[in-house]
Amino acid sequence: MPPGPKQLELLQGTLDMLILKAASLGPIHGYGILLRIQQLSKDRLEIQQGSLYPALYRLEHQGWITSEWGESENNRKAKYYRLTSAGKRRLQAEADKWNRMADVIAGILRTTPEQI
Amino acid sequence: MRLWNRLQSWSRALLRRPVTESEMDAELSFHIASYAEDLIRQGMPRAEAMRRARLEFGGIENTKEECRDARGVNAIESILQDLRFGLRMLRKKPAFTAVAVITLALGIGANAGVFSIVNGILLNPLPYPHPEQLVAIHESKPNFPEGSISVPNFKDWKRNNRSFSKMAISRGYGVSLAGDGESERLQARLVTSDFLSVLGMAPKLGRDFAPGEDEIGAAPVAIISDSLWRRKFGGLPSVVGRRIMLDERGYTVIGVAPPNADKLPGSFQGTDIYIPVGQWDTDAIRSRGAGLSFHGIGRLKPGVTIEQARADMASVTHALALEYPLDDKGIGAALVPLRDEMFGGIRPALLMLSAAVIFVLLIACVNVGNLLMARGGDRAREIAVRSALGAGSRRLIRQLLTETILLALLGGLLGLALAWWSTRASSMILADTLPGGSGIGVNYKVVAFTFLIAAATGVLFGLAPAIKLLHSGMQGKLKDGGRGSTRSSQNTQNIFVMAELAMALVLLSGTGLMLRSLWALQDVNPGFQPEGASRFAVSLPSPMAKGSPEAVRSRLREIRQQFAGTPGITAVALSWGAFPMRGDDETLFWLKGKPRPASESEMNWALRYAVGSDYLKAMGIALHRGRFFNDRDDNHSPLVAVIDEEFAHKFFNNRNPLGKRLELYGNPAHEAEIVGVVAHVKQWGLDTDDKEQLRAQLYLSILQQQDEAILNMARGVDVIVRSALPPSLTFEALRRTSSRMDREQTVFGMQTMDEVVARTMETRRLLVALLSVFAAIALLLATVGIYGVTSYTVGQRTNEIGIRMALGATRGQILRSVLGGGMLRALLGIAMGVAAAFGLTRLLSGMLFGVSPYDPITLGSVAVLLGVVAGAACWIPARRAMRVDPMTALRYE
Repeated sequence: MPPGPKQLELLQGTLDMLILKAASLGPIHGYGILLRIQQLSKDRLEIQQGSLYPALYRLEHQGWITSEWGESENNRKAKYYRLTSAGKRRLQAEADKWNRMADVIAGILRTTPEQI
Repeated sequence: MRLWNRLQSWSRALLRRPVTESEMDAELSFHIASYAEDLIRQGMPRAEAMRRARLEFGGIENTKEECRDARGVNAIESILQDLRFGLRMLRKKPAFTAVAVITLALGIGANAGVFSIVNGILLNPLPYPHPEQLVAIHESKPNFPEGSISVPNFKDWKRNNRSFSKMAISRGYGVSLAGDGESERLQARLVTSDFLSVLGMAPKLGRDFAPGEDEIGAAPVAIISDSLWRRKFGGLPSVVGRRIMLDERGYTVIGVAPPNADKLPGSFQGTDIYIPVGQWDTDAIRSRGAGLSFHGIGRLKPGVTIEQARADMASVTHALALEYPLDDKGIGAALVPLRDEMFGGIRPALLMLSAAVIFVLLIACVNVGNLLMARGGDRAREIAVRSALGAGSRRLIRQLLTETILLALLGGLLGLALAWWSTRASSMILADTLPGGSGIGVNYKVVAFTFLIAAATGVLFGLAPAIKLLHSGMQGKLKDGGRGSTRSSQNTQNIFVMAELAMALVLLSGTGLMLRSLWALQDVNPGFQPEGASRFAVSLPSPMAKGSPEAVRSRLREIRQQFAGTPGITAVALSWGAFPMRGDDETLFWLKGKPRPASESEMNWALRYAVGSDYLKAMGIALHRGRFFNDRDDNHSPLVAVIDEEFAHKFFNNRNPLGKRLELYGNPAHEAEIVGVVAHVKQWGLDTDDKEQLRAQLYLSILQQQDEAILNMARGVDVIVRSALPPSLTFEALRRTSSRMDREQTVFGMQTMDEVVARTMETRRLLVALLSVFAAIALLLATVGIYGVTSYTVGQRTNEIGIRMALGATRGQILRSVLGGGMLRALLGIAMGVAAAFGLTRLLSGMLFGVSPYDPITLGSVAVLLGVVAGAACWIPARRAMRVDPMTALRYE
């Protein structure tokens, strides 16, 4: 996954939300989360592979995701993450906040001189 | 919920550390392997794919460390690591560790010891259910804010109040238990029926007194104490229902009191047996105006405050005063929470001790802090290396504090051992001297307190050096040989030394003032000569108390004559009623020639001593005017009285009182002629007598007492003897004389008058002894502190001294320079201490006697003492500085 020419760097603080979203779609291992985010973003987001795991451990420590060991599609042992109910609420709250923020920012940026 | 998750994750990470570590490895390698497989699938050669996958993942170790951080494992890991490191550092410097631990052990041990006393006395709940509801009850009257309650008043208080669920009165009473062979003297307690149940206690065997069983005329019953039950009745349950003979009267034992009833409030002696009040069938017990040493306890109803109870009792006593103006005018009820009643007097002493040990601990902290600073030179290099390698400043401070807390905990452990050993060694003295002293000892609360204070101590003395160290370590100490300590840490050390000298001075001054008070008290003339005098009691054979008063009178005369004839005895006197520093007894009177006051509250009070001839000689009291009693002052001659100088001053304004007459209130009133004036005796103790309201003393002849009183003397009358023999021989000789007279006549309770006087100063003496120990520790630590800093300074200045000597400075100049620096610090510290002492010793004024809190002699000598000690502590390093060899010093550079 070398960074493509049109990839964007992840905005600060959004990785947690994206992981929660990826995990909310069904139990998934760490590598799968990376792939899922890239697939959903149509390869337009760049995620540092190394930064994924500290984030996963942190979210688990905070009780938003939980993990168990299972079999991967290629028959290896892999650690699967899924959202806890607290994690679901957290994702909802984060998403709401993000959408409100995006609206506000977009509104500001759309402003034309005539509207002032 | 989330907290629970975290705890789970922490505990999993710690307990299953190898498992979580390998799980983390497995997870990360799964990621890399999966990515590599994807790359291979896209056509990359296997080796190249693996390499790429690893490369793009980034630093695996770094990621793992971040993961551990994210899980919060590192916090705990690093504490364990700090602990291991700290222990290693302490082991590497055994001398430093030993000095620091011993210093801290002294400071923390002193605190643990005093806390175990405070905890045992002030913080322990009283051993009764709902102790906060218990109240001590007294009758307040003119001259006696907490006087004794008359039995009729008590009955009305109990019936009319609405605040107490239960109320009882009691008093001590001596009885003889007839048994096989010699009869035994018992400490009885006359009680009303509710006495045990007020406290929430019930007999462990048998039953409690029933309501009405305390009335006059009720059948004679008794409850015996647990210890008497075991000692005398073999602990057999069959004792219930048994008849015993007390003072020649049969009583039925109805129960055995629980073991913890032996030490009841208000009685420092244990009680052997409980007898209902009504068994004491005298006229006085029916009199509303009689003070018969009965004091009460009550249990407040749930939710009733003591203020509400006071208001309630005020209206109860007010109504009684209207109903019985003659007896109850001016009479109120005084309510004191039982805890205050028991321990209120000891509280200031305990507060003082607590303050003293806090000073000792602070001084210990300063000393160890200084040691750490002095060692800072070595550590600065290490800190510099560690911070260069990326350790954050918080991390470094945490590590340094872990070390100091470790030191403090070791000191705490040793201090706890010290406290445990010293409270055990002195437990007898403590239990004897302090009320509730038997509860003193090291228990889990003391252990918890000690470790808490140890941890706080570790932070206290560790924080300043740690910050200083970090500060100097951060400023690139790598290049410097790691030797130079900065000027600022030197300044901190100087301030520390001054502060500890100042604190030592305050503590020494307080102790000095208390010591001077004790000396002043020992010089106080008690009004009698205790040396060579002793007292004890004699009880006549029980039937005599029921016999004729004349028989008792003649027996009393005979006792005096027989005892006086015993070899080695120079004087013998009988005494009944009040006794200096042991018990008081009062009488009402008015001066003859003035109209009889309408009510008791308008009469005058005096302390009443009923004594026999030779009392002045036996006690060593001076006769000022007239004469004292002789054996002819008996029931066949006119009543005579002797007064003390206070009485003469107060009621006769120093006009000649001889020949004047007093009307003594009683049944019937009788008049007595004053025949002599004697010196005042400090009835209320050496320190408090001057402040008491009731100081006028009236002596009456023992043989002129009324018949009822004479019969009561058969139960026990005091004998005072003056003898050239040692007290034990005196007592033995008199005991033999007594049993030769009559085998049924017993002598008991021997005390020298020196002991009687000493007993009043026991708490004070214990306080001064403890303070002296703490002050000595403070002095020692402060000396070590100033010595340490001065010799450290000399070590630092070795180069400079070498150069100065090479340039021609004389040894004398070097000596003066070092000594001067040290003494300047010391004198500044002493000056600070004197200023602080002026502010703080004022707080002691309530406990001082015969010395001002600003006493210049005490403060001056303490300042000089500290100055001399500090001088000596500076002298040793100064001499070492003087002997510095310039060549060695310079080569060292």
